Amino acid sequence: MLTKRIIPCLDIKNGRTVKGVNFVNLIDAGDPVVLAKQYAELGADELVFLDISATLEGRKTMLEMVLKVAEQVNIPFTVGGGISSIADVDLLLKSGADKVSINSSAIKRPELVNELADKFGNQCVVVAIDAKQIDGEWIVHLAGGTIATKLNLFDWAKEVEKRGAGEILFTSMNNDGTKAGFANEALAKLSTELNIPIIASGGAGTVQHFIDTFKIGKSDAALAASVFHFGEIPILELKQELKENNIPVRL
Amino acid sequence: MKLVIIDYGAGNIKSIQFAFKRLGINAVLSNNIDEIKAADKIIFPGVGEASSAMKMLQESGLDKIIPTLKQPVLGICLGMQLMCNSSEEGTTKGLGIFNVNVKRFSNAVKVPQMGWNTISNLKSDLFTGIKEKEFMYLVHSFYAENCKESIAKTAYEIEYASALQKDNFYGVQFHPEKSGIEGEKILKNFLELKTNN
Repeated sequence: MLTKRIIPCLDIKNGRTVKGVNFVNLIDAGDPVVLAKQYAELGADELVFLDISATLEGRKTMLEMVLKVAEQVNIPFTVGGGISSIADVDLLLKSGADKVSINSSAIKRPELVNELADKFGNQCVVVAIDAKQIDGEWIVHLAGGTIATKLNLFDWAKEVEKRGAGEILFTSMNNDGTKAGFANEALAKLSTELNIPIIASGGAGTVQHFIDTFKIGKSDAALAASVFHFGEIPILELKQELKENNIPVRL
Repeated sequence: MKLVIIDYGAGNIKSIQFAFKRLGINAVLSNNIDEIKAADKIIFPGVGEASSAMKMLQESGLDKIIPTLKQPVLGICLGMQLMCNSSEEGTTKGLGIFNVNVKRFSNAVKVPQMGWNTISNLKSDLFTGIKEKEFMYLVHSFYAENCKESIAKTAYEIEYASALQKDNFYGVQFHPEKSGIEGEKILKNFLELKTNN
C-alpha cells in the first residue's frame, strides 16, 4: 500500500539552514547536508529545501548545496525558491534534485508549468500554493504570502494540475506558524477535486494534527519545519503513532 | 568492475551515479556503443516521457544495441518500461525485451503514484537480503502488468510487476538509488551478479 509521507522542510539562506535547528548530537546544525542525512536516518520520507537567498551569490551556493545533498543523501528531495525558468530547473536537476517547487513564477506566467512538465516530466514539478482564507474564500498569495492575487485556491490548483503539475504543496497562511493544526477542510477539498498528490503544510504542532490531516484532510503527505527541527515531534515516534491509528506509513 | 550508465539524454542520472559512488563504484556515463558493449554491468536509466525517450534511443542507434547486450543490464523506472513490448504513453513501441505491455493507472487513484510502497513476491538474486514487503520509492503514472517475467509485485489500484527479469536483463519500476539503505542493497546485489561477458 502506498504510504503517507512525512516531509521536513529546511529553509536555506546562502547555503546554510536558517530559523535554527536544535538536534541533539549534531555538530553543525546549520549545515543542510548534515541535517538532511540525519533526517534520512531518522525516517523522513522526503525532504524539501527552500532557498530564501536574495542574492545571486546565495543562489550559486544553493546549487553547490544541492550537489552535496544528492551526493550524500539516499532519499528524494525537492528544491524550491526563486525558480522561474527552464534553465533554473535544468541546473537543479542536473545537480541531483529530484523535484522542483515553483510558486510565484507560475502565477506570473502559468505556461511555465506546461513547459517544465513537457521538458522534465510532471513527476518533478511541484506547484506550491500559499493561500489565505478571507471572508470565507481561499485567496492565493504571491511572494511568500505578502501580496494577494485575484486567484481562488481551488481554481488555481485545478489549473496547474491541467497544465502538468505532478503534485501540489498547499500552505495555509491562516494556519502557518500557529501550531494549531493543518487546514484540513481546504485540504480535503483539494484532495477530492484533484487527481494528483496533495502535500499539507502550515500548522503542525502535535502528533494529532498529523493524524487529522491524513484522516480528515485526506492529505498524501505532510510537511513541517519547527516541530521537527526542535525535536518537539521525533519522526520515528510520529510514524509509530500514525501506524497505531491505521495510517499507512513506512517504518 | 566497469559500470556504465547509458546516457541518452533522458532524465536525472546524477542520483544514480552518486548512489554507486556511495558504494565505492565509479559509474561512467556514456552513449558510446563500444564503451557500453565493453562494460561489465550496465544501468539503463530514464525519467520523463516514453515516446521522446525512445526517439532519443533510436537517434543514437542504442535501440538496436541494448537488446543484444550479454552482460547484466538494469533498467530503472522509465528505463524498465522501455524494455517492455509497448507503452500506452505516447503509444510507444518498446525494446521488446520483456514480453509485457505498459499501461496507465486509471483515475480511480491519484496519478502519478508518488512515494513509498512495498515490494513482494520477490524472485531474483537482485533481492538477496531484502525482506518481503520492503519499502521502495516510486514515482510513476504507467506500470507493467503482472506477467511471467515479474520478480516483484506492488499494489496500487491493481497488483502490477514492479520488477522484471529475463536472462541478463533486469528492470525495476522503483528508484533503488532513492530508496534508502534497502535500495542501496539492491544496487549492491546488481553489482555482485555474475557477468557473462
